[in-house]
Amino acid sequence: MEGFDLALEARPAWRDGDYSHIPFWVYSDTANYEAELRNIYKGPVWNYLCLTAELPKNGGYKATKIGETPVLVVRGEDGVLRGFLNRCSHRGALLCLEPRGSVKRLTCVYHAWSYDLEGNLKNVAFEDGADGRGGMPDDFDKSRHGLRPIEVTEFCGLVFGSFDPKVPDIETFLGPESVRFIKRALGKAPLKLIGRSTQVMHNNWKLYLENVKDVYHATILHLFFTRFRLNRLGHEGGIIVSESGGHHVSYSKMDAERGNQDYASQDIRSTGEGFSLNDPTLLDSIDEWEDGITVQIQSVFPSLVIQVIQNSIAVRQILPTAVDRTDLNWNFVGFEGDSEEMTRTRVKLNNLVGPSGYISLEDGAIGGFVQRAIRGVEEDSGVVRMGGDDVATVDYRATETSVRGFWKMYRGLMGV
Amino acid sequence: MSSPEPLQAKLLADDLLARYVRCLDDGDLDEWPGFFTDPCIYRVTHRADDRAGYENALIFADSRGMLRDRVNAVENVSVYEPHGYRHIVGASLVEQVNGTLIDASASFLVARIMQDGETSVFATGVYRDRIDISGDEPLFAEKVVIMDSERVDTLLAIPL
Repeated sequence: MEGFDLALEARPAWRDGDYSHIPFWVYSDTANYEAELRNIYKGPVWNYLCLTAELPKNGGYKATKIGETPVLVVRGEDGVLRGFLNRCSHRGALLCLEPRGSVKRLTCVYHAWSYDLEGNLKNVAFEDGADGRGGMPDDFDKSRHGLRPIEVTEFCGLVFGSFDPKVPDIETFLGPESVRFIKRALGKAPLKLIGRSTQVMHNNWKLYLENVKDVYHATILHLFFTRFRLNRLGHEGGIIVSESGGHHVSYSKMDAERGNQDYASQDIRSTGEGFSLNDPTLLDSIDEWEDGITVQIQSVFPSLVIQVIQNSIAVRQILPTAVDRTDLNWNFVGFEGDSEEMTRTRVKLNNLVGPSGYISLEDGAIGGFVQRAIRGVEEDSGVVRMGGDDVATVDYRATETSVRGFWKMYRGLMGV
Repeated sequence: MSSPEPLQAKLLADDLLARYVRCLDDGDLDEWPGFFTDPCIYRVTHRADDRAGYENALIFADSRGMLRDRVNAVENVSVYEPHGYRHIVGASLVEQVNGTLIDASASFLVARIMQDGETSVFATGVYRDRIDISGDEPLFAEKVVIMDSERVDTLLAIPL
């Protein structure tokens, strides 16, 4: 048994205040993953659940998850959004089997216990027995067996949920800069869903969230914009990291005229031959932002990514399904009142994103490349030192500061 | 070609589809845009979005040029592990014939073969096609790929 202990000893430990070295076991250790489900997903964070636009009518529900735990968001007869575990109080069976729907009552298929939309247990089949025999004892109190509620809040057309009643209010949780950019992206008018997709990734959830925060890779792995000379690290823009470290915004102002000398000297694949599109109408856009920002990528710890690339807007939900598997739920959106031309423009630009997106499809695979390569050699660590070792808001993008920010918040919640 | 009889329409649809999937499975992506009229519609969506009437698509193109750009990206720009497809398509069902336009649908199953030989069912669904037979050879004026599932494993690079 000594050998096993030695192997564990060899595992690198977290070092105080060092957010630049990430031990690889953190992506594959199942005990650590279970601890994340408890300390992060059930902790004092707001998990993205759905769009307000998905629940326009009273009685509408959406079934989703916090971490791996099934939850429901329900719009009651009073119009109020509430959240519950998607679990019958009786034997614990799933209540809603469909991902979304419209109901008057929530009724379990197992023994037909049913709940009103405020989560109160209203009916227990054969509560008084059958033929005068059996049934629930006299001291059975339905009011004590309602659905287990979760905290729910709405912000800018997004619905968030939390297990922790002590979670700070959503704007405090996000911090002022994240609030400002969510309002920029989604706050103009009520959102309109125009499509969904789920991308199944063979990697730990953190690898995807880090990838989103990692602007360093954006123009190197994703060659499309670089080849087309549309987005480079030197372009005007920057990274905002929330005080918690957990949330970030990266933004840039594309400028097709800018030269590419920096890239030519870096010996990276991104340079190569420039190519031009046979049909450049793919990239046609309508100016709807008025601030010159053409790309906004924003993450909210631990489960939300908001992306605005010109008129392409997506709300992405990151859901772990196992230590080495993650679902990325894409919600492609526009706004109520969009003209046909605007919707068509969004649809064409959405060729850039999603599971087949010109600048995003690689992200479905890259985490899996890491997951496979660290197998069995978890005694080593990765390094994220671009731009130094600190966690800070900066006005350049050749940095990994927002990745370090992720680890700052992660380690705080995990107590490591 | 003039307006076809029902049986002839079915044969035309089956033949075009057979050649189309052979092209993709053989990896002759450069030939792929040639199966479409210009302009055209090529959309990849899934059943839930289709039923909900959502406009978005995973891949959307409305010209041959845009299809060529997709091929250019898949072959020269996008980064992914090499893999290929094997399409199994069902018989074409002719929905209607309107002059030289044939509306037809057919089921598909696409297996994905990775470079190490690992083979899995990547997608199943239905092609909803509008075939234009007014020219020298039948071409897709519209091809809507409706996957049964909204889940895509890893990524969708090569067209379906």
